Amino acid sequence: MYSVADLKKGLKITLDGAPYLVIAFDFVKPGKGQALYRTKMRNMINGTILDRTYRSGETFEPASLEERQMEYLYKEGNHYTLMDQQTYEQVIMEEEAMGDAKNYLLENMKVDVLLYGEKAIGITLPNFVNVRVIQTDPWAKGDTSGNDSKPATIETGYVLRVPPFIEENELITIDTRTGEYSTRVKG
Amino acid sequence: MQRMTNLHKRAEIIQAIRMFFNTQGFLEVETPYLLPANAPEEYIDPICFDSYSLQTSPELCMKRLLCKGYDKIFQISHCWRKAERGSKHLPEFTMLEWYRANADYQDLINDCKNLLQYLEPHRSTKSEINFHTEFNQMTVRNVYKKYASKTMEDAVEDGTFDELMAVEIEPSLPSGVPFILYDYPAEKAALAKLKHSDPTVGERFELYLGGLEIANGFSELNNPDEQRERFIAANKVRSRLGSTIAPLPEKFLNELGSMQPSAGIALGIDRLVMLATGSKTIDEVVTFTPEEL
Repeated sequence: MYSVADLKKGLKITLDGAPYLVIAFDFVKPGKGQALYRTKMRNMINGTILDRTYRSGETFEPASLEERQMEYLYKEGNHYTLMDQQTYEQVIMEEEAMGDAKNYLLENMKVDVLLYGEKAIGITLPNFVNVRVIQTDPWAKGDTSGNDSKPATIETGYVLRVPPFIEENELITIDTRTGEYSTRVKG
Repeated sequence: MQRMTNLHKRAEIIQAIRMFFNTQGFLEVETPYLLPANAPEEYIDPICFDSYSLQTSPELCMKRLLCKGYDKIFQISHCWRKAERGSKHLPEFTMLEWYRANADYQDLINDCKNLLQYLEPHRSTKSEINFHTEFNQMTVRNVYKKYASKTMEDAVEDGTFDELMAVEIEPSLPSGVPFILYDYPAEKAALAKLKHSDPTVGERFELYLGGLEIANGFSELNNPDEQRERFIAANKVRSRLGSTIAPLPEKFLNELGSMQPSAGIALGIDRLVMLATGSKTIDEVVTFTPEEL
């Protein structure tokens, strides 16, 4: 149980049955008056931002969150199935909770899954992943148009900008934090 | 380096404040910080050691000096209020208080105008609040009418007075000029004299600068029986909230009857320096915050 005195940026609490992350916080108090704790919180499942004001004496349930190492198995419709590396228990994650991670997620990839109770609400990929380019136009030799990048589609269907020398079927490294091309995998 | 510049400005302002009060014939006093009893206040928690507590304000000792015949006194001192920490709060902060015998809250409003005018040349170019302009003034009743979703009376009745003040009113106050809010509901003026022509309000005012509460002053209540009742009432609220029950300041109550009609005010130096330097948080104008110790 948290009290208002525990409120700070980064605190994770349960509110109306959902986990919230405190993203802004301030203590306000008219000199002679009652203390108020003004917060801005983000729903960790759907991203909604909420403004709430609390008074002294109010309490909060911590959000019971747990991060576990899992392996991504397969996708069916909008559901992604992952398997806990220790218990072999399978967890299904909705596409909505996956965010941008779905663009770089490959079968058998080891990932960290954030669980709220039984529900998978977030996923962290390795910072760099290697993916194969399945479609990109060839580099027109002698192209002097000055373009230093071109679009390429990778095996997940995601399209990003790559340097002109990248060819179809090549492996490239993507920075999953930005979604941008990082390097070409030699091999 | 901004903080060092702010601290230089702070020293300059404090020096100017001393100069201002000296030239006005005020005596600078130092009263003890460690007290057997603070004035019981509903929502102010002292920091306690054994049977003593650190002052939450020097007002009791300063009023006792008025009782002894001192007529114009000021003090710049540290005050402590437990668990008050935010972008505009420190649990240990610096307060300027001044008291005038044979005066009322209107005299203090005048002092505020003169003091700010005196400090105007010490304001940094980064500050957006002009200390020199005409003050805006509005009664609390009218400010609720203008900016709040309820009347002042309803807000006092249902316990949302402070919340509406902080959430609806303070952010709406004109930010570029000093603003005086006056005549607080009697329930919110525990140490103030009630207004003769309208006893539902107390002769209390607050000075706002840039939407920030800077100073709180009032015509001092000098009826010891009424003061005792208000302290007891404050302790009842504290007990209901589960707060510690403060002992009553008996020596103060015994002497209060001999106090001339007087007026006193507390002004937050740290916040004044914030505004004079254009700082966004109180952290930027002190040498160390509690977290840095």
